[in-house]
Amino acid sequence: MRTSFLKGSFGVTAAAVLALANISWGQNTVYQENQWMEMQSHIGKFTGHAAAAKSDYRRYCVGCHGEIGDGNGENFPWLDPKPRDFTLGVFKCRSTPTGTLPTDEDLFNTIARGLVTSNMPQWNTFTNQQRADLVAYVKHFSARFQNEKPGEPIQIPPEPEITADRVKAGQEVFNRVQCWKCHGVEGRGNGPSAATLTDDQSRPILAYNFHDETRFKCGTSDVDLYKIFMTGLDGTPMPSWSDNIKPDEAWDLVFYLRSLQPMKSKEKEIARQLGLKPVNPNAPAAQPPAAQPPATQPPATQPPGSQP
Amino acid sequence: MRMVTQFLRGRKPSYVSLALVVVFLVLSASQRANALPAFARKYGLRCSACHESWPMLNYFGQKFKDNGYQLMNDRDAPIWQNPGYWPITLRIVPMWHRVSTGKVAVDTGTGVQRITTSGFDVSGLDILTGGTLEKNISFLLVPSSDNLGSFHLESVNARLDNLFGSPWLNIKMGKFELDNLLSEKRIMGLTANGGIYQLYHFSPVGDGNIFGNMGDNQLGAELMGHSSNDRTRYSAALLSTTGGNPGLPYGNAYTGFFAASQAFDTGKMGVDRIGAYAMIGQAPTAYLTTGSSPIAGSGMGNKSFHREGLIGQFYFGQHFDLQVVTQHGWDSAWFGQGYGDLIGGAAGNNNTPGTTLPAGSQAPTWNGVLVEPHYIYSPQLLFFGRYEGIRMSRQANGSNSATPSAKNLGNISTYTIGYRYNPFMTSRAGFALHNEYNWLHQDGTGPMIGLSTTNVNSSELLLGFDFDF
Repeated sequence: MRTSFLKGSFGVTAAAVLALANISWGQNTVYQENQWMEMQSHIGKFTGHAAAAKSDYRRYCVGCHGEIGDGNGENFPWLDPKPRDFTLGVFKCRSTPTGTLPTDEDLFNTIARGLVTSNMPQWNTFTNQQRADLVAYVKHFSARFQNEKPGEPIQIPPEPEITADRVKAGQEVFNRVQCWKCHGVEGRGNGPSAATLTDDQSRPILAYNFHDETRFKCGTSDVDLYKIFMTGLDGTPMPSWSDNIKPDEAWDLVFYLRSLQPMKSKEKEIARQLGLKPVNPNAPAAQPPAAQPPATQPPATQPPGSQP
Repeated sequence: MRMVTQFLRGRKPSYVSLALVVVFLVLSASQRANALPAFARKYGLRCSACHESWPMLNYFGQKFKDNGYQLMNDRDAPIWQNPGYWPITLRIVPMWHRVSTGKVAVDTGTGVQRITTSGFDVSGLDILTGGTLEKNISFLLVPSSDNLGSFHLESVNARLDNLFGSPWLNIKMGKFELDNLLSEKRIMGLTANGGIYQLYHFSPVGDGNIFGNMGDNQLGAELMGHSSNDRTRYSAALLSTTGGNPGLPYGNAYTGFFAASQAFDTGKMGVDRIGAYAMIGQAPTAYLTTGSSPIAGSGMGNKSFHREGLIGQFYFGQHFDLQVVTQHGWDSAWFGQGYGDLIGGAAGNNNTPGTTLPAGSQAPTWNGVLVEPHYIYSPQLLFFGRYEGIRMSRQANGSNSATPSAKNLGNISTYTIGYRYNPFMTSRAGFALHNEYNWLHQDGTGPMIGLSTTNVNSSELLLGFDFDF
């Protein structure tokens, strides 16, 4: 008799917890859950549904990106850079022109790849379907995805052969468009403007140090690097250079930037053989007529290596 | 909801009120904690990111562990940590539980009686610290105490991760948990019999081999590897045959543990995994003695044992999964006759020169299965169940023995049900209201009544506040 009472109390308590868990769930949800929950994503043969990702988002993402996707999760105070605010519909890693929405595949790849130099890990443990669902869920936070279509992915010409001339030309592009102002003359992220950089929320942001990482913010391949500076990293000071750099020059710049990275590469070996020195912004040859630096990032100090 | 209401109506109001009050108190106390669980606070991820329901890992958590407690981005470096970062987690469970054990031999009445006791209690304490010493050099240290405060080192190991830049090569040395996909160290249960996997600790009745306990952390070195997304995993460990006891208390004997698994993307079902494991080793059966007491480290006369089985982790969407482990076990006939761990006292016989096995002795074998379903109502609420069945397929004392054993001697059946409710989910602390019931039945291990042995039924009901910070 006593045993049955105890077993009964187990069941009663379980039922009570189940009931109250429903209440708790409802109280914790601020966002109007059903708004835009019909959002879908389409990646290859996978169709993602926002509603299907609700549980995964709550399990994996909400601590940083917040219940309403505004990047104001409980960890917001401690993270640097801050979590992405999905409600703005602004994303760094895109294959589409600056200012446009990313494709579903861009978001799909970002989830699996993670973002180096941030707290966003690689979520490549998800199934493709889970990721597709999460893409739809990310999109459902922003009105932009209701009203706009993603941009058309930029055209990327085939990658040319790596040559010494191209690596050297790439350095000239690096100097001409004044990448050094933020990234430094050696690509160490310590350019004269580096200390003044802020994102579109006016929060300080670091320039990328090519010597530290084998991965880039938005991928690891040459094509990924090409896309980064030809589409820009929206929401950051990194602009799109598609109006200033021709496609062929962009490949030159890719090869030069590769030579700055820590791992062994053909580009690095070529740069060593050429005896490439860091760019000297004050050298006469480094002052092309057409190049324009990012308008919002004036140099705060004299660049390293400059002469008084 | 209506079903729940009807269910509640069927109970006496006072019990319902009591349950609701308890739950209300738990919920109303669910403020954000100030302290931080070690890994969650390091990375700013909620418990649920790595745990299906803590402490049980999900796939992402398993990958994090396999990477040497690294997310594999630059945030793994300690330099990123806030000075307030406290890399230690403490876990303990205050609880109320009721334990009922049948067929206990007593000096009164019929000589056999069920003993039932209940009351408030505490579990042992785990102190966990782990992480990276440097990029790709990780460690885990877990001093652990019983509920009287007597400490031992549960885990002590360092690991060289991603050797030659490859996730396929990781080497760990020290005292560590074997690569059991269904980890006993992360078990859902907290009761005495539901808080372990019987399959990982099973020994036939009278067997002197403690060394094949897969659930115990072991001393040794492990080579482990995995694909970048952790779909494919393997592990090969060389262990000292000591049952995880430090100080070389037995002799020169080694055990190997091997595990491999492959996961599959099953679309909307999730990522399912199947694998296999084998534990193959030798252990001493003979010891030198002084004053009739065995001398530590003098073990010899090694005899063999092995356990092997399959494991499956099957997910059926986001809310339901099934964990399955099978086992076939085999011990040398010497262990079956009570030779083996003479130092710790599990064995009673010493295989001195000239010793022979009794007539009818044979190597005991058994088969077992463990099935553990989980229903995940939400990341905050998980219901779990478990059935374990172990059946002897060959007794140490065969039919030709002078005292043949019953075929079912030592067979175990046990059922566990429970739930864990986390009133809050943050990256700083873990708290779970834990409610569990376990029932265990074992054949033939009760006291003799007349000329026959008796079966034993035990049960435990537990309500606890499981917390770590």
